[in-house]
Amino acid sequence: MRVPLLEVEHLSMRFGGLLAIDDVSFTAFAREITAIIGPNGAGKTTLFNCLTGFYRPTSGKLTLHQAMRQHQLERMAGFRITRVAGVARTFQNIRLFAGMSALENLIVAQHNKLMAASKFSLAGLLGLPVYRNAERAAVEQARFWLDRLNLSDQADRPAGTLPYGAQRRLEIGRALCTGPHLLCLDEPAAGLNPTESAELNRLLVSIRDELGIGILLIEHDMSVVMTISDHVIVLDHGAKIADGTPAEIRADASVIKAYLGEPDDADLAQIERDLA
Amino acid sequence: MEYFLQQLINGLTLGAIYGLIAIGYTMVYGIIGMINFAHGEIFMIGAFISLIGFLLLNAFGLHSALAAILIVLVVTMLFTSVYGWAVERVAYRPLRGSFKLAPLISAIGMSIFLQNYVQLFQGARPKPLQPILEGGITLMESNGFSVEISYLQMVILTLTVVLMVAFSLIIKETTLGRSQRACEQDATMAALLGINVDRTISLTFVMGAALAAVAGLMFDLYYGVADFFIGFLAGVKAFTAAVLGGIGSLPGAVLGGVLIGLIEAFWSAYCSIEYKDVAVFAVLVLVLIFRPSGLLGRPEIEKV
Amino acid sequence: MGWRHRVIDAGITALVVLVLTTPIVGLKLVPGQAALGIESHFGTVFILAGAAFVLRLALTLFLSVKGRLSFGAVTSIGAAITRRTKSIAAIALAGAVILPFITNGHIIQAATMVLIYIMLGWGLNIVVGLAGLLDLGYVAFYGVGAYTFGLMSSHFGWGFWQCLPLAGLFAASLGMILGFPVLRLRGDYLAIVTLGFGEIIRIILLNWTSLTNGPNGIGDIPRPSFFGLSFLRRPPHGMSSVWDVFGLSFSPLYAQGFLYFVVMALALGTNLFTLRMRRLPIGRAWEALREDEIACRALGINPTNIKLSAFAIGAMFAGFAGVVFAATQTFISPESFTFSESAMILAIVVLGGMGRQMGIVLSATALVTLQEALRDFDQYRMLMFGAAMVAIMVARPRGLLSYRAPSILLPPVQAA
Repeated sequence: MRVPLLEVEHLSMRFGGLLAIDDVSFTAFAREITAIIGPNGAGKTTLFNCLTGFYRPTSGKLTLHQAMRQHQLERMAGFRITRVAGVARTFQNIRLFAGMSALENLIVAQHNKLMAASKFSLAGLLGLPVYRNAERAAVEQARFWLDRLNLSDQADRPAGTLPYGAQRRLEIGRALCTGPHLLCLDEPAAGLNPTESAELNRLLVSIRDELGIGILLIEHDMSVVMTISDHVIVLDHGAKIADGTPAEIRADASVIKAYLGEPDDADLAQIERDLA
Repeated sequence: MEYFLQQLINGLTLGAIYGLIAIGYTMVYGIIGMINFAHGEIFMIGAFISLIGFLLLNAFGLHSALAAILIVLVVTMLFTSVYGWAVERVAYRPLRGSFKLAPLISAIGMSIFLQNYVQLFQGARPKPLQPILEGGITLMESNGFSVEISYLQMVILTLTVVLMVAFSLIIKETTLGRSQRACEQDATMAALLGINVDRTISLTFVMGAALAAVAGLMFDLYYGVADFFIGFLAGVKAFTAAVLGGIGSLPGAVLGGVLIGLIEAFWSAYCSIEYKDVAVFAVLVLVLIFRPSGLLGRPEIEKV
Repeated sequence: MGWRHRVIDAGITALVVLVLTTPIVGLKLVPGQAALGIESHFGTVFILAGAAFVLRLALTLFLSVKGRLSFGAVTSIGAAITRRTKSIAAIALAGAVILPFITNGHIIQAATMVLIYIMLGWGLNIVVGLAGLLDLGYVAFYGVGAYTFGLMSSHFGWGFWQCLPLAGLFAASLGMILGFPVLRLRGDYLAIVTLGFGEIIRIILLNWTSLTNGPNGIGDIPRPSFFGLSFLRRPPHGMSSVWDVFGLSFSPLYAQGFLYFVVMALALGTNLFTLRMRRLPIGRAWEALREDEIACRALGINPTNIKLSAFAIGAMFAGFAGVVFAATQTFISPESFTFSESAMILAIVVLGGMGRQMGIVLSATALVTLQEALRDFDQYRMLMFGAAMVAIMVARPRGLLSYRAPSILLPPVQAA
């Protein structure tokens, strides 16, 4: 049974004269990988920014469902969306703490837990067990992801010096260390070669299956989208033009038209061959 | 009522001076996104060069006020522009793209350097200038108090308006102006389209410096004195003016300048002269808290 | 770059310097009989232009050989210092402890000032170096601390030890009040606003004569007592003196020396506190905020609270330093709390390498000793200051000692 995780209802985002998102509605379900695709400028990252509190939506509702309660994201401050509603994200242009080590990046992600344990830093300053234990647990959580993401031997190196693929993985790991219910990834496969993309697919699928986290994915790389998504949403010029399973989307004429313009039959056949 | 009008005229004049300096701040901030901390010192240097200019002309026997002002205007603008160019070249260009605090700290260092450079070679004492342009028109008189506008004030106000219009036209109509606006929006793209970004930025600094030079000259004429410290205070106030008017907007800078001049004049006249600077700083804080885009500016959208 | 190119480049540089210095250096305004006169100093102008030519030529030569301006030697010294920080710190500490026993009162006084600046540097380091908030009005908290002590002692007869925590509290509160509305502003704006705050405080101190005595300042500020024993030759009523209890003959050195050690203890306290905080979530959050505020928000961290904490804690240490300063000089006036002070403290933090504790010790010592040594040449000092700040930023934006050690290392896997 599909449990709704994120409900987007009639979301609109207007910047002065420009309507970046035009009455978009969809539902992302728990334990599923939902991909958002569309040509450049369709409003995908804008959507993410609305979801994660970087923009205040002009209108519409964003409801995040947790087990016991719901959160109205459109009214929440950005950091609260992560802290309280459990929505974590990565960025199109990787935003790691470049001067801090990989391990430190993962520890900072667990800030709120650790701050609570350090009791306004007093317990921390005095070295009380309540804090020491919390820090140890945080390190172990970080170590878990470092191992999982093949970053263990880079743990103490500054994040900015890691190779590109490792940085992308680290950013995902950092988002996961916040303990989210919904993980929003903005073009995680950008710049990855086919081997790395395949690894990413395996990682995302395992996150979905083992941790039960819902994943919302902006992606251009169709080998990722079509292989692992349970649900695909297509945006074009700020509006939703398709919503369904990867198979349905693949065959949808309006999607093809959005990406490629009006094809003639020969083109259409070629495209269908490519997508299969 | 007469007192009020007089303060109004005085405030407008002061505001014109601030406005000219503010234009420099706003143009530089618009194009490279940083506050040129040393801009106040450029104004101060302009004031000194003007002073020297006037004295030299006087020593050479030139006694026509208007001719003197014109010659000194051109000369000061030229020399001060070189200072503006040099500051950008040395302290800011190498740091383009560096981490966010670096150009700021470099700017502060430059400001300290310039202040002490002038203090070292010119001495710490204020330098007086005998009045060059005297006389004025009495607008109205009653209760023994007359409202006067001096010729100097008229010159200052007219010159400011002329310069503002001229520079606005330059930005709107010329290639340089278009290049500036392109660099403001997206420097990388501008470069890819063949715009010489370095030169555009340098020219922006030069323009700002030239206007600050004019402000320095006017300051000399109006207050009759210059010292190495005027840059600091005028700089902060002019920056407040730029923010108030909306950073990035040239008319905004002048508008902001006028408002700040008026606030300062009225506060000194009606409240307390010791705290007039506090009043201006308070304006800065309030504007930044409640309306950071200023009166004529566009709100900045965070690019994530 | 070929030789011809280099010479032309150096020539242009010299020409620019010539143009720049002609009015300001070449034509000096001097007091005359009726009005100002002009003295020509074109000799200096040509010397400067010539120097510019030579230096620029040398620079381009150096760059073509070395590739980048990286101060190679300084970097390796810097890295060496960072690696051996603990031993160097121990040596420095030992030296500092012995100092008062082997020198005279004048040097102790100077050394006390060095310690005060080290403390200020460490305090501002929390705000600028760790959290990345450019505070140009740090001197405001310094002044508030000093004046709290001055006022409390002159009006209510409070002593050093009572005023110390009070001043810290006031300064921290002021930090929170000032910080709250402005900390969400971006870097440049925050810098100017804090500069404005610093000036506002100074203007208030100067003009609110009924409270602060204005430009005349507050004097007769007491030195700290030794566990309740006074250092005064004739202790106030009800207090016994050090001389009686320990049977010592009076000498002003004891009070000075004690103050020196008190300052040292406070400074070390600041340092230890900061080192500890760096390893706590809040310290890491400060550094993360400096690196990327947007990423912090995306991790559920409330940037405002984090910034406020850095600002307030930094302010608190400035407040402590203010109390100590007042006790050292026994006299305070608004003149000591100008923007130049803020700039100097900032220079200490920047030149020492933002965030590096040891670096700040070095830069504070260097800058204050320079200040003392060049007391007669104050303008030259500030001139070099400004030039050094620009040079350091251009060459090494992250300061002289820029290797950052992580606050936590991945421990080896523990056997289950």
